[in-house]
Amino acid sequence: MSEESKPGWRSIPIAGILLEPGSAMKYKTGDWRAFRPVIDEEKCTYCLLCWIYCPDGAIIREEKTVRVNYDYCKGCGICANECPVKAITMVEEKK
Amino acid sequence: MSRIMGLTGDGAVAYAVKQCKVDVVAAYPITPQTLIVEEFSEYVHNGEVHTEFICVESEHSAMSACVGASLTGARVFTATASQGLALMHEILYIASSLRCPIVMGVVNRTLSAPINIHCDHSDMMGSRDCGWIQVFVENAQEAYDWVIQAFRIAEDPDVLLPVAVNLDAFILSHSLEGVEVLDDADVERFVSTRKPVFTIDPDKPITVGPICFTDYFFETKRQHVEAMNNSPKTISKVNDEFAELTGRRYGFIDTYEMDDAEAAIICLGSTAGTAMAVAKKLRDQGKRVGVIKPWVYRPFPAEQIIDACKGLKALAVLDRACSIGAPYGPLCNDVTAALYKENVRLNVFNVIYGLGGRDITPFDIEAIFNETLEVAKTGMIREPIKFVGVRE
Amino acid sequence: MVRLRDLPAEELFTSGHRLCAGCGAGIIARMTMKALRGPTVVVNATGCLEVASTIYPYTAWKVSWVHVAFENAAAVASGIEAAYKALMRRNAWGKKVDIIAFAGDGGTFDIGIQALSGALERGHDFLYICYDNEAYMNTGIQRSGATPHGAATTTSPAGTKIPGKPEFKKDLIGICAAHGIEYAATASPAYWNDYITKVRKALEVDGPAVIHVFSPCPVGMRFDSSKSIEVARLAVQTRYWPVYEVENGRYKLNIKVPKPKPVSEFLKVQGRFRHLFQPKFEHVIDEIQRHVDENWERITKLCGEA
Repeated sequence: MSEESKPGWRSIPIAGILLEPGSAMKYKTGDWRAFRPVIDEEKCTYCLLCWIYCPDGAIIREEKTVRVNYDYCKGCGICANECPVKAITMVEEKK
Repeated sequence: MSRIMGLTGDGAVAYAVKQCKVDVVAAYPITPQTLIVEEFSEYVHNGEVHTEFICVESEHSAMSACVGASLTGARVFTATASQGLALMHEILYIASSLRCPIVMGVVNRTLSAPINIHCDHSDMMGSRDCGWIQVFVENAQEAYDWVIQAFRIAEDPDVLLPVAVNLDAFILSHSLEGVEVLDDADVERFVSTRKPVFTIDPDKPITVGPICFTDYFFETKRQHVEAMNNSPKTISKVNDEFAELTGRRYGFIDTYEMDDAEAAIICLGSTAGTAMAVAKKLRDQGKRVGVIKPWVYRPFPAEQIIDACKGLKALAVLDRACSIGAPYGPLCNDVTAALYKENVRLNVFNVIYGLGGRDITPFDIEAIFNETLEVAKTGMIREPIKFVGVRE
Repeated sequence: MVRLRDLPAEELFTSGHRLCAGCGAGIIARMTMKALRGPTVVVNATGCLEVASTIYPYTAWKVSWVHVAFENAAAVASGIEAAYKALMRRNAWGKKVDIIAFAGDGGTFDIGIQALSGALERGHDFLYICYDNEAYMNTGIQRSGATPHGAATTTSPAGTKIPGKPEFKKDLIGICAAHGIEYAATASPAYWNDYITKVRKALEVDGPAVIHVFSPCPVGMRFDSSKSIEVARLAVQTRYWPVYEVENGRYKLNIKVPKPKPVSEFLKVQGRFRHLFQPKFEHVIDEIQRHVDENWERITKLCGEA
């Protein structure tokens, strides 16, 4: 948002409060990463350790699989490092 | 039906808090506010109130707990003085910026060093920019009345700002006076229950107190200024309703014989009472003197003061605090700025008095009035700032 | 004991926050939010978690959340707890609300110790979680009372004369337990089951509870962001970070470490200890090992395990 298009003091809620819970989801941190985790679904045992250890909640837990939410993944590599069956590899992001 | 009770200034505050059905009091004792918390503790332990009284471990935590409680939607009160006010200083700004309608009794005692437990206004003046509404009272009756009105003012959705009610240390806090108190039911009806505008409700999650960078901070401060600037409407409305209930009419300032005064004193707190008594004596001698006693200090009642000064030729501004290094003491800085803003040319001089509880006597006040009359006559200010009562 | 798949999938601490990649605080916040049992309000002291999760106009919190200042999370929580009691009493509120105060080691060990002590002594019903990254990380890695002996920080740098912080770490849980509270515990995010179980247990306590959890910090402790959980595990496996709980004064060891790795295994993966691995300062590693051993001895004796 450019400076001019940001809301003025008359329209924002008082006291600097934020009324929309989870609005951080509008801020995609995915462009932070230099490496992206790639999950090999064949090897994945659905242990969910990558899911619980992700600082960003960027591993989405589905019925029987997990997948990376690349909108937010910062490429920290914890998931790859912790995966007990080495199902995740960190691949360099290409420009 | 009202009745007269013998109450100290502190006692009057505690009694008002009791009647206002406050939900949470978080306070730390400091002389001479101690009677407020002690008397209130008696009410709590005797089951006379249902207030959650948190005996916090410092004033900083007192105001912090008050902010937490206020954000939860509770009616909140605390009291402090001097060092305690200074210790909670950072949280004062946060309380007002987060729009918490907390009411606080401040028993004006000087700031160290040296340590001194007696009256001057340096404590509130040290925090006057914190964005709170600030009221000064002359006696225990006013303390009682303003605490009750303060809850209505603070909690009004058009205001939502905390209110500090200032009373002089020992002179008011510990002196017994006859105070006309209202019926519990009348007070309850007057203040009613708090209806919060926003709360940290677990069912309707909000985020309070985020970090705000250069792109948004200024807007929130602008809103705060607007709230303070809008508060006079509510203050007047509450004063009107209170007058209807009690017959006691409050406003932004109290005046004594200002209609045709040519020389006047303006001051805050209990000294105004002495000034009015001296003014009466001088009036009997035919001298045209008057007194202006601001009740509301923030928002500064510039309009009302300038109006009261119509026809005045000289004004002595009495400050019970220094603003070291500034052109004048705090009240005088405000008064002269207000006059300048409206292009009102009036001979003003500043009197710094009473620091650390140094007594100011009727003789001192009479001398000040005479000095003011001299300035009115000659049009010349001999001393822009006088220190009255200090040994040279 | 829980299974990961039984934990709620909903993220009450969402993505989109600006914590560093690999931040321990992010992991801890997410895990904590998985352990909630009902309506919850979070109080957050100033610090990494607070700043990075609520940059106006974005908030990563889907629970009601309040930040007031740095040193007063416990005092604010006290006020909230009292307010709910008062509101309930006059029937303006109907249900139990859990209050969780998050603060870093900065806002707990040092500037926040007074407010915490006061809140514990008064017995307010709330859970205080200290996520300990062992320095004032948010302001640029300055030392805190929680920084371990020998660690390099910007105010206790690895100099030629003084190799890192000369002082030792405070015993936070000892201090908390001394208040006679019902529950205090240490934890490490590498042991997610232990941590989440503890959070739930602590929430169920009627009164104050404190959890002191190790929060690995890739930037401040200086290791690759992928190693956060590894470091948090090494902390436990070297006995550097004993994992135990104190229930009404009774100590219990939760994670036994019968064959500990030498503490140097923990130190050598972190750049903040790198300066100790030169002949001049190797004795500091010995000091650290000795301190770890003495602390382990002390804790296990209290736990009846020695």
